[in-house]
Amino acid sequence: MSYWFRNDNRLPQARLAIASYIIVGMIGVLLLGFWKLQVIDADKYSSMAERNRVRYIPVIAPRGRMLDREGRVLVDNRPSFSVLLLRDDLAQVQKHLSSISEGLDIPLDDLREQLNNTKNLPKFQPIIIKPDASPADVAFIESHRSDIPVLEMIPVQRRRYLPGGFLAHVAGYVGEVSEQQIEASNDKLRPGDFAGKTGLERQYNDLLQGTDGMRRVVVNSVGKEVERLSTQEAISGKQILLTIDYDLQQVAEQSLGARPGAAVALDPRTGEVLAMVSHPALDPNDFAVRISANDWKSLNEDPHRPLLNRAIQAQLAPGSVFKIVTATAMLEDKNPPESFTTFCPGYATFYGRQFKCWVYGKSSHGVVGLHKAILESCDIFFYNVGMRLGIDRLSYYGTKFGLGRKTGIDLPSEEPGLMPSAEWVERVFHRKWYAGETISVSTGQGAVITTPLQLARMIGGIAMGGVFKQPHLLKDAPNVGEERFALSEPTVEKITDAMYGVVNEEGGTARNVRLPGIEVAGKSGTAQVIGYATRERFGKQKKFEDNAWFVGYAPRRNPEIVVAVLVQESGKHGGEAAGPVVKDVIKAYYDKKNKKTQGQETAESKRPPESSKVPVASAVRVPRTAGKPDESAAVVPVSASTDPRR
Amino acid sequence: MKDAPGTRDYDWLLLAILAAICALGVIEIYSATHGSSLTGMHMKQVRWLVIGFVLMFALSRLDYHLILDQAPALYLLGIAALVAVLLVGHTRFGAKRWINVPGIGELLQVSELVKLIIIIVLARFFAEVRSDQLDLRDLIKAGLLVGVPLVLILKQPDLGTALVLIPLLVVGAFLAGLQWQHAAIFSLAGILLVGAVFYPPVSRRILKPYQRERITSFLHPEEDAKGSGYQLLQSKIAVGSGGFWGKGFSNGSQNQLGYIPVRYSDFIMSAWAEEQGFKGVLLALGLYMALLLRLVQNAQRAKDRAGMFLVMGVAAALGFHVLVNVAMVIGAMPVTGIPLPLMSYGGSATLFVFLAIGLVMNVRLRRFVN
Repeated sequence: MSYWFRNDNRLPQARLAIASYIIVGMIGVLLLGFWKLQVIDADKYSSMAERNRVRYIPVIAPRGRMLDREGRVLVDNRPSFSVLLLRDDLAQVQKHLSSISEGLDIPLDDLREQLNNTKNLPKFQPIIIKPDASPADVAFIESHRSDIPVLEMIPVQRRRYLPGGFLAHVAGYVGEVSEQQIEASNDKLRPGDFAGKTGLERQYNDLLQGTDGMRRVVVNSVGKEVERLSTQEAISGKQILLTIDYDLQQVAEQSLGARPGAAVALDPRTGEVLAMVSHPALDPNDFAVRISANDWKSLNEDPHRPLLNRAIQAQLAPGSVFKIVTATAMLEDKNPPESFTTFCPGYATFYGRQFKCWVYGKSSHGVVGLHKAILESCDIFFYNVGMRLGIDRLSYYGTKFGLGRKTGIDLPSEEPGLMPSAEWVERVFHRKWYAGETISVSTGQGAVITTPLQLARMIGGIAMGGVFKQPHLLKDAPNVGEERFALSEPTVEKITDAMYGVVNEEGGTARNVRLPGIEVAGKSGTAQVIGYATRERFGKQKKFEDNAWFVGYAPRRNPEIVVAVLVQESGKHGGEAAGPVVKDVIKAYYDKKNKKTQGQETAESKRPPESSKVPVASAVRVPRTAGKPDESAAVVPVSASTDPRR
Repeated sequence: MKDAPGTRDYDWLLLAILAAICALGVIEIYSATHGSSLTGMHMKQVRWLVIGFVLMFALSRLDYHLILDQAPALYLLGIAALVAVLLVGHTRFGAKRWINVPGIGELLQVSELVKLIIIIVLARFFAEVRSDQLDLRDLIKAGLLVGVPLVLILKQPDLGTALVLIPLLVVGAFLAGLQWQHAAIFSLAGILLVGAVFYPPVSRRILKPYQRERITSFLHPEEDAKGSGYQLLQSKIAVGSGGFWGKGFSNGSQNQLGYIPVRYSDFIMSAWAEEQGFKGVLLALGLYMALLLRLVQNAQRAKDRAGMFLVMGVAAALGFHVLVNVAMVIGAMPVTGIPLPLMSYGGSATLFVFLAIGLVMNVRLRRFVN
């Protein structure tokens, strides 16, 4: 043992005894304290436990409205009630479960499942068992206030969309937030909150969503509010002003009708989207509350793909509309020279394979130059041009015009389409580009696929002389993206003249689109959903009908409006099926413009008074994502162009 | 010196009391957390208890004289660990109290370990004082020994654990022969300090805002409806509404609805009192009293002064924990964050208690050895 240790056993026994007494005294004093609380004042604290139950109840902030460019309400809110089940006293809940199930028309199993799913939440947190109470539900709860104490209602604001799926894909819809959204929200969202799921509701969720308020209340033993202590008001979300013109949207919706397809109207001078339609559409009011898993599944598996916004998500072969790319490339590269002509007998052979013109079997185009080739959409002419240009030049111009990459519109889930190139097949398929593929691509077949929005932006931009504005839906958005690709003046003149001819000259493929007094120009497209060979084998079934395209604009140079229309599997020629929709929208645009300049009554003067006063969120950047060529092209399968529902 | 203690020499009564207290704790942790997102916490506590038992037996095998030999090294180690915490420690709940031990993976609350070290260091120091009267010079030396770690722990900040060091000094000094006049002087100084803490113009300079808030809310609970005054009030409501017989196992509304703050840890006595009533409190506090008295008995039978100081250091620490925690639960003391030994959920705190009891066993095992 070390130096310090000495067997020192003098223990301070007296002081240790004192320590014992102190311990007994200490415990005694503590027990006295408990005696006072638990025996003498027990009644007082029992009633305090009964009364003293402070709850925080959220006051849901209404979402901001969406207005059209003239201030007309497109998306609004309506008051509604959510039914809460108070779970403080589980015995009471169990007792009333079957009468609640009957009175509110909720299957008993559903209620049990909800209770089971939420058993880990603190018991003082009520659960929502019916998010949108009917008048009958409200009456049931009111009349059973005393005998079913575990039910409560809270007022909430529900989304109200225009009926019948009007503008449905653009507006999107709201729904209960997903786990991922909660995680990404930095604690701003909680389970059970509503947030935008698709469309603008999702894109501008941060703006539209307000800040929920809080009410501090005292509740009784089953959790019912008996006294309000304080209220922190909710802050409503901001309303947003859209570039959509209600009148044009309505015309586009009606003109497209029940046919599956899409229509997009842009102002190519600004990039503003004036109308955007995708059919078939669903009524988002059906999702504004809650959608059952089964309904959701059947929607997702619906072969007509009603959830797809075809204007930005349908990736299809553009067909002859692509000839504008080929033609512009030819004029800019002077390869072949402008004076190039070819003879169209209805078919031609390239690299040992026969390619047909669309008039094959019916007639032939004879000797064709560029102007006539665009007018009559002669395939043989563009096969020859494409062969001379080669895929690298076609791909260069296509990409410059925005094909194969997102336009950067302020909507989620835009698809990029695909502009094939030698580099692309190398990267994706690890093989060389076949020269024969260039022949198909030069007329918009083969691997090239585009969305309606891309075509509207492209044709509008070319007619503007090579100025491509970023399409956007938020009115007065600063920092709208712009791409310039200078085209020579003679090129633009020849291309736009030819597109004018398509509509207005003898032999043009879309003479039905003509409008007196308006310089309508455009290009039709009729794209094979599958190859002609396959089609002959299966016969002319509806399933394999052509997709019809028409992209029209007015006036001929520096257009004010460009409209791209896709009618899927119409079985008709592009100008025939899609042309009239373009015509209707352009006509509506000019009718309205003329009325306005003549000082007649317009929607401007009919604007609802309250909406014009409300400040509109405008300090928002439209996200600029356009720009990277070939973006995500790798994920697009080449067969996409032949799948009618892509 | 022979060293052959047998199993017969362990203090089985002490272990029985210990086990009973732990059982009450596990039962109440289960009641407070079952059916919530904390479900299963009682099993985690059982795991800590098992680890604690093993460590306790391990420590009891090692002769306490050998441990006291290393007191200076342990002291330096403790100070170094506290400095390390301040430099590289983990911040949780606004205080730097944890350090990541490589290999263990758990975050160790260093100040718990330091409590144990101070018990050992003071036992060694007072054992070296040869006279029956503790003179002022030795008293100040002992004060400095405790003062350095105390300031470091206050810096974390952890007022609760820092305060625990004071009774270690007081009890040690008292048993080492503290003279009445010194006791009077230091009591006066202590009273002045406590008075200063409660006197706003002074407390503003020496306490952290959250510490001042706890004092204020203790003095005026009704002014602070959601802060620590609210916690004390809810705790009192829980205890009071339990009545004599209690509301029954897992049936306390204050507990089950989550009104009692940290009901499985610092305020576990509140949950116990609500559900088991005054009869349950009688049982729990009876067990704590038995535990403390048994410790004193072991001190009285220690073979030497060093052993006696060790055991009484443990008794002082545990007694102070019980006093401050339970007084807080009944609203007689401000919220300090001191857990109830063996009942409150917590890894570091549970291990501290078992290691401390291991020291006591150590002394007991060697009472007849000579």
